Amino acid sequence: MKFESENVAAYNFAYLDEQTKRMIRRAILKALAIPGYQVPFASREMPMPYGWGTGGVQVTAACLTPEDVLKVIDQGADDTTNAVSIRRFFERTAGVGTTERTAQASVIQTRHRIPETPLSEDQILVYQVPIPEPLRFLEPSEVETRKMHALEEYGLMHVKLYEDISRHGAIATAYAYPVKVAGRYVMDPSPIPKFDNPKLGDCPAIQLFGAGREQRIYALPPWTEVVSLDFEDHPFEASKAEADCALCGAGDSYLDEVIVDDAGGRMFVCSDTDYCGARRAAGHVGAQAAPGEVA
Amino acid sequence: MNPLLQVRDVAKSYGTRVGCADVSFDLWPGEVMGIVGESGSGKSTLLACLAGQMAPDRGAVIYDTRDRGPVDTRALSEPERRMLMRTDWALVHQTPRDGLRTGVSAGGNVGERLMAVGARHYGDIRARAVDWLGRVEIAADRVDDPPSAFSGGMQQRLQIARNLVTGPRLVFMDEPTGGLDVSVQARLLDLLRGLVREMGLSAVIVTHDLAVVRLLADRLMVMKGGRVVEAGLTDQVLDDPQHGYTQLLVSSVLQV
Repeated sequence: MKFESENVAAYNFAYLDEQTKRMIRRAILKALAIPGYQVPFASREMPMPYGWGTGGVQVTAACLTPEDVLKVIDQGADDTTNAVSIRRFFERTAGVGTTERTAQASVIQTRHRIPETPLSEDQILVYQVPIPEPLRFLEPSEVETRKMHALEEYGLMHVKLYEDISRHGAIATAYAYPVKVAGRYVMDPSPIPKFDNPKLGDCPAIQLFGAGREQRIYALPPWTEVVSLDFEDHPFEASKAEADCALCGAGDSYLDEVIVDDAGGRMFVCSDTDYCGARRAAGHVGAQAAPGEVA
Repeated sequence: MNPLLQVRDVAKSYGTRVGCADVSFDLWPGEVMGIVGESGSGKSTLLACLAGQMAPDRGAVIYDTRDRGPVDTRALSEPERRMLMRTDWALVHQTPRDGLRTGVSAGGNVGERLMAVGARHYGDIRARAVDWLGRVEIAADRVDDPPSAFSGGMQQRLQIARNLVTGPRLVFMDEPTGGLDVSVQARLLDLLRGLVREMGLSAVIVTHDLAVVRLLADRLMVMKGGRVVEAGLTDQVLDDPQHGYTQLLVSSVLQV
């Protein structure tokens, strides 16, 4: 692989050595061949703590080519610590172009969100996954959960949803909402809000999930059927805050609640900063936009 | 009519130590078989072999399935055996905590088997859970409480409800009254006897408590050192024990 940049000569392209990338790519191919199945891989130590996206970084590193344009988001935002540090990591070790625009990126690494802008066929979405096993807190034995996946015994997943309804009157699971992939494997979509669940299915982009500490990679090939689990009398509902974005006025995007003072004041803003910024640039104005922005 | 369960020369050893050996019997539909013996006599090993929790070294356990007739459970594939375990069979553990999910409410515990076989209607699942809690004398307003909020006797009744909700035909019970005080034991036995008769269940009950088998079991096997030393109708064995060990066992019961 050619990679010339004098100040990072000590690094192989995209940080990982080629044998490691080969191992990760094999895991990715296997994961794509069996949608939703958790493929074990030999996760490497990365120069960041577990929980900061070591799995996602390794998957991204194995996917990147010098021509790629990378976007990194954390909770939808391009400018948070996690997103900034991972973006800079790849700027320095791979020298790839980076962007904050969803439509211009070819590889998007994300933590906890799917971008609002629809993805396209030439994009790869890489998720950082803390806990890949959807049955983890229901069945403590990993041997048993693997057996349950192998034998398609997923009744227990519904026990969790049952508990939600009996306790809260509705399915209160709001993130990491379990889905069934291609009629076979039950998968944890990483802690994305359930608002994003409908975007998982029939997506034109490749979706890859990397869990570094847990050493698992799984994937959704393009145009895969993804069904959120539910009960006949309590159907799945993609929920969001009952408000419009205070800055751009969008009523269809996922919103963050921001506490603005000590007197209970709050505002709702788009969690996807690129989407919000693009809308404001196009002249959309929300109720609390800065006075100068009013068109 | 076929026997529900045919056990043929089942043997299991742990290295050179004998767990159980040469055990054979037939269990007919609606029949309750008691297995008694002292600690270490091989009762629990035998039960584990019968219930598919452990693979016997030799012998056959032939179960009369609903759709395919008699099959050797050792020849079943693992998914088939686990399916049987969730539908036609039930296993009541001595310690309720082994058989319950302690982090899940009572209703969820009872509903788990229903959801495992495909029930996806919350209202129906909950109604059946409440119905079954009623049948084991747990008040309907306890349906959302976790098992840890229940007394030992209630936990055991909850475990029974959880096992019987899918209408099994064969129940394996390992010391179902162990660890409970005598008045709770009596109520639980009463309840079990009612359910067994009402549902026409077949059951294999392992216990060291002769009172339990006297009340519940139609037939009795006495085990010692991994082998069956005496078998027969319960009343016959208990009233007229033939084997020296059975005589000892019957005469050891404390009279109040």
